Amino acid sequence: MARIIGGLGTSHVPAIGAAIAAGRQQEPYWKPFFGGYDAVRAWLGRERPDTVVAFYNDHGLNFFLDKMPTFAVGAAAEYRNADEGWGLPVQKPFRGDPELSWHLIEALVADEFDITTCQEMMVDHAFTVPMSLMYPGGADWPVKVVPVAINTVQHPLPSPARCFKLGRAVGRAIESYAKDAKVLVVGSGGLSHQLDGERAGFINKPFDLMCLEKLQSDPEALTRYSVAELVELAGTQGVELLNWLAMRGALNGQVSKVHGNYHIPISNTASGVLLLENRPLSAIAA
Amino acid sequence: MTVATSHDIPGTTLFDGDMAQKGYALNRMCFSFNDAANRAAFLKDEDAYCAKFGLTARQREAVRQRNVLAMIAAGGNIYYLAKLAGIFGFNVQDVGAQQTGISVEAFKARLAEAGR
Repeated sequence: MARIIGGLGTSHVPAIGAAIAAGRQQEPYWKPFFGGYDAVRAWLGRERPDTVVAFYNDHGLNFFLDKMPTFAVGAAAEYRNADEGWGLPVQKPFRGDPELSWHLIEALVADEFDITTCQEMMVDHAFTVPMSLMYPGGADWPVKVVPVAINTVQHPLPSPARCFKLGRAVGRAIESYAKDAKVLVVGSGGLSHQLDGERAGFINKPFDLMCLEKLQSDPEALTRYSVAELVELAGTQGVELLNWLAMRGALNGQVSKVHGNYHIPISNTASGVLLLENRPLSAIAA
Repeated sequence: MTVATSHDIPGTTLFDGDMAQKGYALNRMCFSFNDAANRAAFLKDEDAYCAKFGLTARQREAVRQRNVLAMIAAGGNIYYLAKLAGIFGFNVQDVGAQQTGISVEAFKARLAEAGR
């Protein structure tokens, strides 16, 4: 049986990808950020997930405004990265897990989530930067992946409560998958930041710190916000917290914090990383 | 009026259906900049490239002036505008400084201050 071994919330700022490409991890500006991933890599080395299911948001690589799905699930054998327009190195392709993808798709539709199914899907920095942070060094990716895209571009966006429920449904679906697989769920984005308008540069440290704490201890508290409230409290792009909430929703066992880091600023963003371990309730009862 | 826009946040434009309709041509042009050949074509003949995508006069003027707030007012979405800003050699901190009317150094200092 498949089981969810943990959840990782992580920033995905494009500048992180540029810093990796330029080898700047030890520079004073970057060290407080990259240092936050050593413990993540040590944990990954011990736990060795087989598949990563990643909630992320496309920034105009795969989806345009002509067709904008609220929730889209990858069902490809391979996911390619591509030029996003600002010179980030293109990452090598990711190996998909079509069998798990279709299991998720069937389970989600049965669970009344009207998702878009994508047999072809390019993945942008919101997907590739977390993968590069988890698995640095340029070797082949050691895991299969299932990308799940959540619309954070064009309002109306799905509510925090809805994204949490999507995560819950994904969590149930993974646990009902008959094959043996260790699955890590990832929530990509945030934390507070705003790129556009006169309020550009908005960062809300107290709100972020509260979120990092509640994501572990009481995630449902965060589902009470409306999207507009989230924009006000976390910034227009801080709504990427929706991806973290979906990730947290998928953790349906006993959840404990392995590691966390928070640093301001990376580019225009308050950056965060949070690694949560998930112990299935069946294992606890046994 | 959508639910989201009923909540006014100063200095913030929620990119809703109204904005998506208004900004479609501009955002579609910016989306094309994922392709290096299109970026080169824009740089070679900006007027022709904007005309090809049917930008409105207001959008065209905002692009001509490299004015990000005016682009947003004309329906531009920041995720797509970022690709245009990249062509001009602006990063998100340059864009942030321009929109807030301060220097890039002051903008960076403001970000760092938020972490204290």
